Amino acid sequence: MSWLVPIGLGMLGLGLITGLGAWLLDIANRRFKTESDPLVARIDQELPQTQCGQCGHPGCHPYAEAIAAGEAINRCPPGGQDTVDRLAELLGRDTLPLDAEPETVGQDTVAWIIEADCIGCTKCIQACPVDAIVGAAKLMHTVITDACTGCDLCVAPCPVDCIEMIPRPIPENRWVPPKPSVIATDRYPQAGLAHG
Amino acid sequence: MTELLLIIVSAALVNNFVLVQFLGLCPLMGVSSRVDSAIGMSFATTFVLTLSSVVAYLIQSFILTPLDITWLRTLAFIVAIAVAVQLTELALKKTSPLLHSVLGIYLPLITTNCAVLGVALLNTNRAHSLLESAFYGIGAAAGFSLVLVLFAGVRERLALADIPAPFEGTAIALITAGFMALAFMGFAGMIRL
Repeated sequence: MSWLVPIGLGMLGLGLITGLGAWLLDIANRRFKTESDPLVARIDQELPQTQCGQCGHPGCHPYAEAIAAGEAINRCPPGGQDTVDRLAELLGRDTLPLDAEPETVGQDTVAWIIEADCIGCTKCIQACPVDAIVGAAKLMHTVITDACTGCDLCVAPCPVDCIEMIPRPIPENRWVPPKPSVIATDRYPQAGLAHG
Repeated sequence: MTELLLIIVSAALVNNFVLVQFLGLCPLMGVSSRVDSAIGMSFATTFVLTLSSVVAYLIQSFILTPLDITWLRTLAFIVAIAVAVQLTELALKKTSPLLHSVLGIYLPLITTNCAVLGVALLNTNRAHSLLESAFYGIGAAAGFSLVLVLFAGVRERLALADIPAPFEGTAIALITAGFMALAFMGFAGMIRL
């Protein structure tokens, strides 16, 4: 029966090692417990991920956590009314009007760099949460309009105030030519002549 | 002290685990497309390598040798490495969720990174002491990190380069790894350890 001895010792040794390992992992599991709320992930998905901080939180994920904890759902200007409505549906709460400055509501703006004034300091590039500004040190920067979310975080860091927010330009394929003003009522609308 | 330094240089450069002994090629191809994830992977692997080489030494000298079951060491080391990787993953998930999501599947795959098992087995083959085992692990990890980060840097440039269609992607990466291995052959014979 002496051939049983190494088998027994082997089982003992491996049992010891796996037992120790399991014990260590159990301790670590309790020590490093992460509580991830599936609701927070769902809310985070609805937010626009601009990380602009206009809601008063340092990013979209912290705001998602705050919403899950009961904060108002209407503090995300980049997401607009659509996001508020979708969040209301997701959470079963009543929808609210977007909580933002009235003049910015419904205005889809983008950042615009006055390129003649840009000194190439790269400060706006670092501020941009969506990497929508291209350029290099001491070279002119410009904004990728398609990527810009209009969060205006780049306006404040600019030392020469060469960034302004403009209404989002209409893409070429949806551009509508201005009406030719050929008749008098088009040229003088203040004349009070209304078309029947 | 000189001995320990020589062990580090030997494991990191002369007998580099990735490019000279061709161990741990999976993360070299898998996590090398961006430098920052390569750096994260380097830190995770460094931690696991050092920890597991020490743990493997302890298991070898306090469990396997006294019970005369050294023939079970492959199995025992794999269990120890798996535990070390799980510990790393739990700690990383808590402390740096971003890095955790960047590394993704490659973090649990450190378990099957043959460089990690290779270090543990080579340590016992060469009858290294505890300190020597730890330094061998650190050296191997330094070599692995060096190659991984360098390779990621090269691949970031390759992504922008104009490469003929048949060589795009993994093909040019493997050719590049071959050239880097040729370069590391320059260290051959510098230290005999």
